[in-house]
Amino acid sequence: MFGTSFSMNAAVMRWPGRNPRAFLLLGALAWFGLYRMLAPASEAIVAALPVDRASHLGGALQFFLYDTPKVLLLLAGIVFVMGMVNSYFTPERTRALLAGRTEGAANVMAACLGIVTPFCSCSAVPLFIGFVQAGVPLGVTFSFLIAAPMVNEVALTLLFALFGWKVALLYLGLGLAVAIVAGWIIGRLKMERHLEDWVRDMPRVKAGIDGDGLSLSGRIEAGFASVREIVGKVWPYVVAGIAIGAGIHGYVPEEFMASFMGREAWWSVPLAVLIGVPMYTNAAGIIPIVEALLAKGAALGTVLAFMMSVIALSLPEMVILRKVLRMRLIATFVGVVATGILLVGFAFNALL
Amino acid sequence: MEVKVLGSGCANCRNTVALVEQVAAARGVAIRLTKVEDMKDIAALGVMSTPGVVIDGRVVHAGGVPSREKVQGWFDAPPA
Repeated sequence: MFGTSFSMNAAVMRWPGRNPRAFLLLGALAWFGLYRMLAPASEAIVAALPVDRASHLGGALQFFLYDTPKVLLLLAGIVFVMGMVNSYFTPERTRALLAGRTEGAANVMAACLGIVTPFCSCSAVPLFIGFVQAGVPLGVTFSFLIAAPMVNEVALTLLFALFGWKVALLYLGLGLAVAIVAGWIIGRLKMERHLEDWVRDMPRVKAGIDGDGLSLSGRIEAGFASVREIVGKVWPYVVAGIAIGAGIHGYVPEEFMASFMGREAWWSVPLAVLIGVPMYTNAAGIIPIVEALLAKGAALGTVLAFMMSVIALSLPEMVILRKVLRMRLIATFVGVVATGILLVGFAFNALL
Repeated sequence: MEVKVLGSGCANCRNTVALVEQVAAARGVAIRLTKVEDMKDIAALGVMSTPGVVIDGRVVHAGGVPSREKVQGWFDAPPA
């Protein structure tokens, strides 16, 4: 934005600033090289320790020593790439893309944009107002607000790294489906009159795109900034999650939880959602719990429903949204989203 | 200079306030810093993602803690 700030950035990060393409290429190569070394390195460390590799402790140690750097490396890589992608999708640009569109296709678009637009739940209200002011339909705004926190790169990376790509893909697809359908239903219900008066009376604005004109090296810097911010914040949860996974590795009987969170107990899904809604933590904080539940034999649908309800619906967010929405609309929002998550849980448990 | 930091009081907003104060003091620029926490006022300024920074009535930043270099830029070459 300002010439001086840019030249300073370039001075701080000379190399990526001068030759960003070469930096990205070499960075990617170094990342892959490191990733390939993890398995042999973890085996070598365990072999050097005075424990039997075939014992429970040896297995748990190898699992922990391999999985921790693997997950953190994956997370850092994907958060970096998403940080760069995010720099293309500012909230202002997303708003301009959605403004004036009719419902239906716009709900799909809003949910997908929710994945790539940077979002923090403390900005939920200004973002909500900004969307409504620019003429984004209410239901479309909700599709965005549901998808943005629930379907994000941290949740997807951790699911992929710990439970495989099938679970990650299912979470992505079902999370988007809940956001799209719930937003569409809220739009159909014509609840505009349940906005607070001052929000409806805000002057309309025309959504325009403020070209940020970031250079490639500026985007690389944005990538590093999000790695510092996100990975710096979530790594303790990730390590805790893997430690729990490693601890359970062969120690706790597999069917421990199955009796009351297994597939046969139909009421386990509504119970998981009921427990999940008032709870609040970020996508990484929930992973240790998910890991423990799954390892002890809880059904996948139940666990995913639990995870979605914790991330997507939270009490603090409702309190924040109360400033712009009347109770009736908040209740509808929670009801519709919780029902969607419930259906996801049931469908999952029935199909798998 | 009249500096406003917009945000609901989350950790990032507090970090932004601290950073702006620090850089301004280091550069010897006299500023009057206020925090805008009311959602209505933030929205009225057209900012959709917090923390945001307004200098002399102009939005110079929105959506996250600004980098130190960016903040220094405001005080080196204040926007007209």
